[in-house]
Amino acid sequence: MRKVEIITRPFKLDDVKKALTELGIQGMTVSDVRGFGRQRGHKEVYRGAEYQVDFVPKVKIEVVVAADRVADVVKVVQDAARTNQIGDGKIFVLPVEDVIRIRTGEAGREAI
Amino acid sequence: MNPTDTAFIIVCAALVMFMTPGLALFYAGMTRSKNALGTMMQSFAAIGVISLVWMFWGYSLSFGTDLNGLIGGLDFLALSGVGMQPHESIATNLPHMVFMIFQCMFAIITPALITGAFAERMRFSAFLIFIVLWCTFVYAPLCHWVWGGGWMFKMGALDFAGGAVVHMSSGAAALAAALCLGKRKGYGTEPFIPHNLPMTVLGAGILWFGWFGFNAGSALAANGLAANAFVTTHVATAAAMLGWLVVEKLKTGHATTLGAASGAVAGMVAITPAAGFVTPMASIVIGLGGGILCYGGVLLKGKLGYDDALDVVGVHGVGGSWGALATGLFCTTAINEAGADGLFYGNAAQAWTQFLSILGTWAFCFIGSYILFKVVDAMMGLRVGGEEEMRGLDLSQHSEAGYQI
Repeated sequence: MRKVEIITRPFKLDDVKKALTELGIQGMTVSDVRGFGRQRGHKEVYRGAEYQVDFVPKVKIEVVVAADRVADVVKVVQDAARTNQIGDGKIFVLPVEDVIRIRTGEAGREAI
Repeated sequence: MNPTDTAFIIVCAALVMFMTPGLALFYAGMTRSKNALGTMMQSFAAIGVISLVWMFWGYSLSFGTDLNGLIGGLDFLALSGVGMQPHESIATNLPHMVFMIFQCMFAIITPALITGAFAERMRFSAFLIFIVLWCTFVYAPLCHWVWGGGWMFKMGALDFAGGAVVHMSSGAAALAAALCLGKRKGYGTEPFIPHNLPMTVLGAGILWFGWFGFNAGSALAANGLAANAFVTTHVATAAAMLGWLVVEKLKTGHATTLGAASGAVAGMVAITPAAGFVTPMASIVIGLGGGILCYGGVLLKGKLGYDDALDVVGVHGVGGSWGALATGLFCTTAINEAGADGLFYGNAAQAWTQFLSILGTWAFCFIGSYILFKVVDAMMGLRVGGEEEMRGLDLSQHSEAGYQI
């Protein structure tokens, strides 16, 4: 099993969710995060004073899938989230040791 | 007693009261989220504290029988002689209580305006003591000088609705505050980004609404002069907003929402002393000048190096002074027979009188406020501790959080 962490533009959340559910992914966790990569931040001006804002708002989507589905997930997410501009974000794939469904006690692939 | 005037001024008093919660929103939106409640509380608490100070002695010191042109006597202490009938010489068309409560709302918002200068770092207890002292020893004497028959009044200085009494006084006190309290932790190195500008814009809108009561109500009657003050207030505010946006666009490349809100307030400040003495066309010039000059005033603090957190000096000090001077340029007896003709109507002496009143107001209010800040500092300390400042006023002063997210 693998966890796929997608960090991307907030306005792409709905597109990514749609692509994942169409692929048959049944659950995900979403959080609002801030950070920067190569896009760096932007300037804001308040009453003539300029500030460099380093941390840009992004959304983080976490899904856990069977290892053989990772390639499909990565492909549809890339297609859904891509704008071809710097700041589209990143996808991280991590190994997952186990998954347990709290209600039934099912574990492993059955619990995803 | 005139029932129409009475009804009008009662409504105006309520409008002016509404400005203080509007100011609370205007200011709080510009602070960081950890200080949202602490900032709003300073304005809101002023309604509670100053209302009582005004009832017990503030009104009497301001409008009681003149003592040597310096202060009002104690004849109206605890509202003695302030009843449902008009006073024999003060606002004879209104129940005395109506005039008293209308003036009360001005006394409330003035110290609330100063709070922008020491935002994000003053102890709540020290703040409460300070505004009681300030209302007593700075606001009441100045109010008496200008409106209560004191020396500025006798000299012929014109201040229709509080350019000196409300705006220059709070601006000068704000400068004293910034110098006495020092800079916020991290000022100049960390970004101080407003946490909720929609709140600030709403606050500016409420101020605009309430300001009609402030300026039109200062005619103290439901008459043509009130109509003139209403119109001059509105168009000066509109012009000032545009003035600020234009210079800002030229300087930084963007017309900002905070700039629109700030420009509008700058225009209201600038027209306040002039509203009942100038024509609507002159008020456009006063408003435009206010928007442009106050934008410059706000940039001044970066050059001079004091931390007037929410720009009370730049907006109220600069705007109030410009308005007072502009009154001496544009005032005309064609609008108000009780006023005077200004420089552009062939009477340069009025501009000089206005200039003297500006100097007198700044000197008195700056020195008086500076002394009061030092006294309160010696008594109990003005500033929150370093740790408290980091946690924010909401938690450290009030054990609350503005936002549960």
